[in-house]
Amino acid sequence: MTTSADIAAPEAQRTRPPRLPLGDRLIAMPVALPLLTFATILIVWEAAARLFAIPSFILPAPTRILQGFGAVDVGRWVEHVWATLRVALIGYGVAIAVSLPIAVGLAKSRLLSRALYPLLVVIQSVPVVAVAPIIIVVLGTDDAPRVVITFMIAFFPLVVSMTTGLMATPPELIELSRSLRAPQHREISQIRLPYAVPYIFSGLKISITLAVIGAVVSEFVAADVGIGYFIQFSTSMFKLPQAWAGLVILVALSLSLFQLVSLAQRLLFPWSLPKART
Amino acid sequence: MALVKDAISFNGVGQTFATESGPLTALDGVDLTIAQHQFVAVLGPSGCGKSTLLRLTAGLMAATSGTVSVHGLPVTAPRDDVGIVFQQATLLPWATVADNVTFPARHKRGRVDDKDRARAAEVIAAVGLSGFEKRLPSELSGGMQQRVGIARALFLNPDILLMDEPFSALDALTRDAMGYELLKLWQASPKTVMFITHSIPEAVLLADRVVVMSARPGRIIADLEVPLGRPRDEASLRAPEVQDFAAHLRELLIAKEPVL
Repeated sequence: MTTSADIAAPEAQRTRPPRLPLGDRLIAMPVALPLLTFATILIVWEAAARLFAIPSFILPAPTRILQGFGAVDVGRWVEHVWATLRVALIGYGVAIAVSLPIAVGLAKSRLLSRALYPLLVVIQSVPVVAVAPIIIVVLGTDDAPRVVITFMIAFFPLVVSMTTGLMATPPELIELSRSLRAPQHREISQIRLPYAVPYIFSGLKISITLAVIGAVVSEFVAADVGIGYFIQFSTSMFKLPQAWAGLVILVALSLSLFQLVSLAQRLLFPWSLPKART
Repeated sequence: MALVKDAISFNGVGQTFATESGPLTALDGVDLTIAQHQFVAVLGPSGCGKSTLLRLTAGLMAATSGTVSVHGLPVTAPRDDVGIVFQQATLLPWATVADNVTFPARHKRGRVDDKDRARAAEVIAAVGLSGFEKRLPSELSGGMQQRVGIARALFLNPDILLMDEPFSALDALTRDAMGYELLKLWQASPKTVMFITHSIPEAVLLADRVVVMSARPGRIIADLEVPLGRPRDEASLRAPEVQDFAAHLRELLIAKEPVL
C-alpha cells in the first residue's frame, strides 16, 4: 500500500501539465479578462476625475454618471428606451424585408445587378444624418420618418451580405439542381438561402447596431421621446452626467440586440457557426 | 432497347467558350461511343475539357458543334437517368446524411415519402454508411463524405453515372479503398459509367476502356481496351501486361502534356 502510493506520487507529479506563463493563463479567461480591463478603466477614470477635479460637464466620474440615472424616474426611462427600440426594430425589420428580394434579384440576374447596384451604392453614399432633416419635413413627425432613416442606414450591409451569401453556393450544387430540373424557387429556398445563412447573419449583426444608430440620429433631428432625444435634451441643459447615463443605456441596448441576433444564429442554425478552434 | 446499344455517343462534338481573352476551344471533333453498362475512364491533363464531356452528357450545357446523344436521343436538357458525382462531395452542411441522400427527391418534388426513405437506406447501406444516417457532413471524413455524394447520385437509380474526378480530393489510401468500393458497387448493379480522372492506376483498375485526351483543345488521342478481366483486385494490377498498358498510357499523356 505505502509502496504503491510512493510510486504513484512522483508519477502524478510528472504527468501534471507544466504551469503556463501568465499571459497564456490570462488568454484562457475569455470573460474575466475583458471585465478586468473594464474595471481597471473605471477605477482609473474615477480616480482621475476626483484627483484632478475634472468638471462634470467635461468628463463626469462614473459615480456621477450613476447618479445621472436618477435624473428621471424608471417609468420615463422605459418610455425613452421603448421609443428608440421600437423605431430601431421596425426599421430593421423593414430593412430585412426589403433587402431579401433585392438580394435574390441581384444574385440571380446580371441585368438587375448591373442596373441596380450602382444606385444602391449611391443611396449608401448619401450621409443619412444630412438627409434626416429633409425626410422629417417630407414625412412628418411621427414614427414614419424615423423608421425610414433607420431603414436607410441599416439596409445596405444586409443587401451586400445577402447577395454575397446567395452567390457563395458551390457551383456544383447549382448544377445538381439544374440536372434535377428543379423549380427555381426551390434552388433558392433549398440551396442558395441556407448556404447564405452565415453571410446573412454577419449582415444582421452589423445592421442591428446600425439600426440603433439610425433611430438615435432620427431622434436628434425631431423627437420628444427616446434615448437620442434624452441625450440631446440633457446636453443642451449641460446635464452631462445624465447624458452619459443615456449613453450607457444606449450601449447596453445595442449590445443586447447584437447578442440576441448571435443567440438566434446559435439556436436556429448551429451548423452555420465557424468551427471552434481546437 | 435492342436497337439502341450505345448509352452515350458523341458525334463530331466541339465546344468553344467565350472568354475575356477571346474564344477558347475546349473540345474539338470528339467522336466517342460508350456502350450500355460499360465503364469508361476519360484520362487527360488538367484543362483538356474532360469535365466538359461530362457536362455535355448531363445536358448541363449544349455543344457548340456536333451532337451528343444518350440512349439514341440527342441531349437537349438535363435528364433523369443520369447521376453526377462531383470532385468535391458538395453536400448540404446543414442536412444529415439521410437528408443529403434524399435531397434529389426533396429538391425535385418538394417532399420525401417513405419509399424515398427506404431507397435512401438501401443506397446508404450500399456505400457502407449504415448507422451514419443521422450524422452531419462535418462529422464525417472526406472519404465518407464522398460516399454520401455517391449515394446521392445513386438515389434516383440512374442508368448512367457521371463521375468528375470523384476521388481526387481524397488522400491516397482512401482513394484506393474507394476505387475498390466503386468496383463492387458497379458489379452489384451495372451502370454505364463515365469516369473522369487524371490518375492512370485509377483508370486501369476501374475501367473497361480508357479514353486518352490531349491538352487544349481537347481531342481524343487514344481509345484503348484495358487488358484485364473481372473481377479485379490489387493483384491484377501487378500483372506484366497491365504494367505495360499503364506505361503506354503514361507515354501518351506525357507526350501530350504541354511543356511549361
